[in-house]
Amino acid sequence: MHEMGIAEQLVQIALDAIPEDMENPRVEILNLRIGKLASVVEHSLTFCLEIVTKDTPLEGVRLVIEEVPIVIRCQSCSREWEADTPMFKCPDCSDAKVTLISGREIEISSMELAD
Amino acid sequence: MEINIQKRVLQKNETEADKNRNWFRDQKVFVLNMMSSPGSGKTETLCKTLGKLMPEIRVGVIVGDVCTTNDADRLQVTGAKVTQINTDQFGGDCHLAAHLIEDSARKLGCEDLDLLIVENIGNLVCPAEFDIGEDARAVVLSVTEGEDKPLKYPLMFQVADAAILNKIDLLPYLDFDAPLAVENMKNVHPGMPVFEISAKTEEGFEPWLSWLRTKVKEKLG
Repeated sequence: MHEMGIAEQLVQIALDAIPEDMENPRVEILNLRIGKLASVVEHSLTFCLEIVTKDTPLEGVRLVIEEVPIVIRCQSCSREWEADTPMFKCPDCSDAKVTLISGREIEISSMELAD
Repeated sequence: MEINIQKRVLQKNETEADKNRNWFRDQKVFVLNMMSSPGSGKTETLCKTLGKLMPEIRVGVIVGDVCTTNDADRLQVTGAKVTQINTDQFGGDCHLAAHLIEDSARKLGCEDLDLLIVENIGNLVCPAEFDIGEDARAVVLSVTEGEDKPLKYPLMFQVADAAILNKIDLLPYLDFDAPLAVENMKNVHPGMPVFEISAKTEEGFEPWLSWLRTKVKEKLG
């Protein structure tokens, strides 16, 4: 249940990004990028966020999540492919090591404030 | 109004982990993060591993659990320097974060160690997300679990540098398909070494110990 820690970090990052001169700021949307391989459960994150945003400018904030695909590159033949299942073996080089190009992201790309 | 941010949410932990890594390099100690589900036999594997590595390799252990010092008490008997982290003091976290490791490693003292092993909290999900500044990660799976665990928890097996398949002494009594379990691990992480061992009977330990000795030697020069 590391979603609570992620929710706390999200709030901190968002609060730090609010312009200092803004009066009564209200954050409506957080735009996130979450990799398919990252262990983040959206429902749990929303639940935790509801708790940690209470009485903050983020109370009632909505999450918009862009899912980032798992992309693998074979270190032997440089073939790159998108993995839909946890089978990360190169179809051509079997036991060759692979590099994870994307799929582990837990990132905040932007936030939208009420006018 | 949209404000562009572009930040990794776990950046704070990553910064702490890098700080740990630099400190461990200065202390000339190799750090292994050991992870698994609860009950896979991490502590027993470590007890036997320490018994075989020491005194040639000077070992310290940081043990993570939500509650109790039971594992630390068991490891203390080996003569290694051991310290326990109980996360119930920090909200009952299911993983060890980098700042907890910093506090414990400094308390333990690493100047007289070659190898520091962090026995992470039993959990195949959360610890995989949190860099603690380690040099390598090992994951333990036991034959009393499912062969498909690597497929269910792919991140854990993808980020591990080595895997242990433990409790192989029980194979004659179980329907567990060991070759399939190893194949699943290799599908998730091609090229990863997998050591089939029994912490109880000490069968299969030599390749695992040799891997660990080589890693420590590589770091210490």
